Amino acid sequence: MAVAPDPNPAFSAFAHPERLVSTEWLAEHLGQPGLVVVESDEDVLLYETGHIEGAVKIDWHTDLNDPVERDYLDGEGFAKLLGGRGISRDDTIVIYGDKNNWWAAYALWVFTLFGHEDVRLLDGGRAKWEAEGRPYTTEVPVREPVEYPVVERDDAAVRAFKEDVLAHFGNPLVDVRSPEEYVGDRTTAPAYPEEERCARATSRAPGTCRGARPSPRTAPSSRRPSSTPSTATAPA
Amino acid sequence: MSTALPEKLAEIRDDFLALEQQDRLQLLLEFSRELPELPARYADHPDLLERVEECQSPVYIFVEIDDAGIVHLHATAPPEAPTTRGFASILVQGLAGLTVEQVLAVPSDYPLTIGLTEAVSPLRIRGMSGLLGRTQRQVREKSAA
Repeated sequence: MAVAPDPNPAFSAFAHPERLVSTEWLAEHLGQPGLVVVESDEDVLLYETGHIEGAVKIDWHTDLNDPVERDYLDGEGFAKLLGGRGISRDDTIVIYGDKNNWWAAYALWVFTLFGHEDVRLLDGGRAKWEAEGRPYTTEVPVREPVEYPVVERDDAAVRAFKEDVLAHFGNPLVDVRSPEEYVGDRTTAPAYPEEERCARATSRAPGTCRGARPSPRTAPSSRRPSSTPSTATAPA
Repeated sequence: MSTALPEKLAEIRDDFLALEQQDRLQLLLEFSRELPELPARYADHPDLLERVEECQSPVYIFVEIDDAGIVHLHATAPPEAPTTRGFASILVQGLAGLTVEQVLAVPSDYPLTIGLTEAVSPLRIRGMSGLLGRTQRQVREKSAA
């Protein structure tokens, strides 16, 4: 961990408070050696309209997804991406983005699959940073490329597969989809395109897994968090 | 043999193709800034506007055909959706002054030909294809009425 965690008491009750930083904390720590700020948005042009000073752009679709296979980039691609953006394996990364950190959280997930140890989310994302009147710049930082090791992706540590879920029943499950999907009224998020979800939607009746609870963080028609490539479908 | 692309659309395509990938994003950003405000008569009538469902961001369009048979496309999208605004702006400018027949003759794959699939991703370009398709459908319906 290159930079000490945000000691904000608001995060202390979380299982992993070190995974979040506040806007105040980030504003105070900008430019600190070992800290890299990454912006990852749904809208591919938003970074160009203005971003947090020093922030590096990483696009979920053009950078993190394989252009041919429906999967993330491979270990070599990840090393090339991060090294090329001047990010070292032991750097502390803070990611933020639009739409309640939708794709920022996606990027954090991908970085975690590749075992990047210290990657954090900016609490509140672009929306909070802007609401607080904090500054943006259009200046794109020039970072010297560094060597980032080629690491094989390891999903086992942080990803639950079907068998894991079946074995888990009876214990807490969190459903981060929309309330409409949670109660089974819809099979897709409200106010978002239906595209490419038809096959999945018709494969079973709408509703939830046994024991799942809706996520309090998901407001109606706000966002559709995505943790796997199979749901990564978001045209501008 | 394909019909020649209307001049303005061809010009926009050539402008994009002449640029490096990163500069194409900058040009798209310029387009997004040039999207005209919705005329006041529509701003007060959201019911007249059609949501472009293919776009992740809330973008709405409305098509008018004047007495001379010229198509006028109006579109609105929020500032926090610059990519979508850019797509709409390209079509508003590219279709300006065209007749019903000319708009209907624009090939549906035009959005895939302007050199943005790599910089923006084919998935996002689908939003622009949705914009074009819905514009042409409105033109077809309104010119038949």
